[in-house]
Amino acid sequence: MLDFRFGQPVAENILIYGLVASGVYALLAVGFSLIFGVARIANLSHTAFYMLAAYLIYYFASSVGLNLYVSIILAVVIVTVLGTISYRLLIVRVRQHEATTLIVTIAMAVIIQEAILKGFGGQQQGVPKLISGSREIFGATVLNQQLLTLGVVIVLLVTTWGFLMKTKSGIAIRSIAQDREVANLMGIDVPRMEMLTMALSVGLAAIAGALVAPLAVLTPWMWTHPLVMILAVVVLGGLGSLKGSLIGALVLGFAETAVVFQWKEGAYLKASVALAIMLVVILIKPEGLFGVVFEEERG
Amino acid sequence: MNVLAGYITRPLKLLRGEILVLPGRTAVLLVCLLLLLFPVISQEPYILRVLILASIFAIFAASWDLLSGFTGQINFGHALFFGVAAYTAAILNRDLGWAPWATIPLGALAAVLAGLVVGIPCLRLRGTYLAFATLAFPLILVGVVYANIHNVTEGELGISYGIDPLSGSRVASYYIAIPSMIVLGFIMWKITDSKIGLIFHAIREDEVTVRASGINTTRYKLLAFCLSGLFAGIAGGLYAHFLKAAGPSTLELLLSFQVIIWAVFGGIATIYGPMAGVLILYPFTEFVLIRYLGRLSEKGPPISYLAELSEARLLIFACIVLIVLLFMPQGLTTWLRDKTEKVCPRCKLQNVAWRRKCRVCMAELR
Repeated sequence: MLDFRFGQPVAENILIYGLVASGVYALLAVGFSLIFGVARIANLSHTAFYMLAAYLIYYFASSVGLNLYVSIILAVVIVTVLGTISYRLLIVRVRQHEATTLIVTIAMAVIIQEAILKGFGGQQQGVPKLISGSREIFGATVLNQQLLTLGVVIVLLVTTWGFLMKTKSGIAIRSIAQDREVANLMGIDVPRMEMLTMALSVGLAAIAGALVAPLAVLTPWMWTHPLVMILAVVVLGGLGSLKGSLIGALVLGFAETAVVFQWKEGAYLKASVALAIMLVVILIKPEGLFGVVFEEERG
Repeated sequence: MNVLAGYITRPLKLLRGEILVLPGRTAVLLVCLLLLLFPVISQEPYILRVLILASIFAIFAASWDLLSGFTGQINFGHALFFGVAAYTAAILNRDLGWAPWATIPLGALAAVLAGLVVGIPCLRLRGTYLAFATLAFPLILVGVVYANIHNVTEGELGISYGIDPLSGSRVASYYIAIPSMIVLGFIMWKITDSKIGLIFHAIREDEVTVRASGINTTRYKLLAFCLSGLFAGIAGGLYAHFLKAAGPSTLELLLSFQVIIWAVFGGIATIYGPMAGVLILYPFTEFVLIRYLGRLSEKGPPISYLAELSEARLLIFACIVLIVLLFMPQGLTTWLRDKTEKVCPRCKLQNVAWRRKCRVCMAELR
């Protein structure tokens, strides 16, 4: 996902790039996990929205020539609105049928991919960094952009956690995740809260896209690898558990980075190793590290 | 003399009593006849190629349905079976020189083993966990294929030389692929219609109850994985020999997703639904592309075939699937079946929707 630079001690590299990759995966996985936990929708177009945000930033910054900060805000807003609209118009109608929901979200992802392919072509694109330069930390060179990414990820994760734990809407969202019917009986507007969750989830994906855009190469196929990774992350950590998503992201992000830096064939095998780790974990603990067994799925 | 007459009248009776009474079955019969007689109308190599590939993918989609549609074990990594069989057939053929009639069954056997490898660990998982875990297997393998250890798998390019074709001519290949599809499809349909199919269906509806009825669900779920692997493997072997190539595209995410799209579009838990889905969507998207490019010729190297799917047709494909599923969330054939057929409340047999009384037990149809 991220382009790796060589030429400095391997251990430091693994630490820095691993942290950045884990942070981005965590942000994506938390969003994915949220909408899955609350509305039981496995949104396979999640990372397509992340890609769309990255491309929109590229478009506004490079083609239209807007300020980078303005482009980022515009992109995040547009993607969030698009995600919410597609949820209202498409996903809600088919969500009783599990398989159909999967296909509809895949179709949405493919449409985004093809639209980007038509609009920007298949060649690789790059987005300028928000802050340039690098600094030395414990003898390792760190790009300032990487520090910024990490900082924003941490702030966002803490904010999301605070929102879910402390605010009224957050408590409503968590109660829907626990028991939809009772939440409804308690006077919570379930459809509205689900839409709010979807907006939150897509918004997090869009911000993740904004954070990755300056560090990665943009291609219309960049959504598949993170999708596979976040699926592995949420299964590893346990579906519907935010703590699990975070820890799963750390494990797999570091595993992936270590493989890339250690082996010659690493770039090919990084997904294989990460997925193998996930398989081993669920073989030992089928509900993931911090999985919750849901009421209707017990048995 | 009477015996001889019996041999003639029995199939006719079967035709009248079991097939022509239902519009759905009549349509299946007509499609089969049309496909079998198609080379009489046209022998355009490109059209035959599209139909052969469509029939191979139809077997593949039906095998997904056998596992996921019936037992409800949604498999997100179905390309594993296809790819394992394609690579096995290709490697056996290239390195040992075995003929296609030996390598295709062996490839299918390898896919059955792959089914066991996936099935055993995944037995403890259910629902979404299972779907996401199965996704991992082909992607792990694709990494290994790319890494190209000892030059066995030829990395990104795939095995593209030294593989025997399916048969000498395009028409002969056609007459291998189409009957295979019809026969295998019929076998799969019969399996789902038997007691095994009933148990598969019951596992999807309520696994605990099935176990409480004294049925070893573990064994049946494994059986579903193996059977599905077998049929998907045959499709994979046919694919490798028909295209004379086996590339990483046979294992990739796109193919796993595509098979689910075909199956859900056609209507799951029916066998004929996914096959209809492929036979409609695959040629349609192919021919749309021809219109689009304005040419009717053999396309480039076969390896890039699935990669080429990422062109305009993919966009059209996704839009059509989206629109159809919004109006028929259960899939095309299920929607059509519900419009044209009614189930008799007494004997549970299917009847044409416009009949007043059941065709067998004469019970009132509401």
